[in-house]
Amino acid sequence: MTREEWYNTLQQRNGADLQQKFSSSCVTVCGLGGLGSNVAISLARAGVGTIHLIDFDKVDASNLHRQQYAVSQLGMCKTEAMKQTLAEIAPYCEVVTHTVKLTEENLSIIADCDIVCECFDNAECKAMLVNEVAERYPEKYMVAASGMSGMYTGNTILTKKLGKRLYICGDGANDVADDGTLFAPRVMLCAAHQANTVLRIIAGKLEV
Amino acid sequence: MVKINGKELNVTDQTVAQYLTESGYDLKRVAVEINGDILPKSQYESTLFQDGDSIEIVSFVGGG
Repeated sequence: MTREEWYNTLQQRNGADLQQKFSSSCVTVCGLGGLGSNVAISLARAGVGTIHLIDFDKVDASNLHRQQYAVSQLGMCKTEAMKQTLAEIAPYCEVVTHTVKLTEENLSIIADCDIVCECFDNAECKAMLVNEVAERYPEKYMVAASGMSGMYTGNTILTKKLGKRLYICGDGANDVADDGTLFAPRVMLCAAHQANTVLRIIAGKLEV
Repeated sequence: MVKINGKELNVTDQTVAQYLTESGYDLKRVAVEINGDILPKSQYESTLFQDGDSIEIVSFVGGG
């Protein structure tokens, strides 16, 4: 498949104006677990031009129940495994990997993209990223997630907007520490809210 | 009076840090929006709620 074939196919689907916006956009996905792996795949399929992937972890057998990895990728860095997967889905999407634990100290690696997705699993890491980005990169859009664990109805997964540039997807309440586990569909619902919100921001649709 | 997460409350004599602690929030898990802006954590101790403020407090839960 040539770059032209790929682009033209996306353009036929999305329309020329929207595809131009998608292909010139850059999104950072922080954390490549159940949320981030699904967000990255959705954005690549839609035709987002550049995706930065940040995760320090390796693919483990315990990830396969909800994260978008394969048995053949066990032991790989999640960044490299996801880059490999995205190359099969969106061969000309530019994928930049950062195999590090994102902290306050190395936060500048998110500086390149206008939109940041918080896809961590730890609540304190989520709050750290949202607060640090709001303070140090106030011009960026942040799409975060909170509450997608357990086997509850999918109808409580929502997208809320806080202030001008922060979106939070999820049910806002159910903590994996209380519920014990996460199930693929409910995590995917939350990830789909995040990816949908990202595409809407790129399209200029800023309300929820 | 200020509005916090949709409820009218009379807490204009409190700092954000005092309110969060007394309300049982874990300060390491929260984000606070006041009148459309995310309040930097470094300002929780010094920021007093002002009459008419509209505040949203999010306490993140784990899972991802």
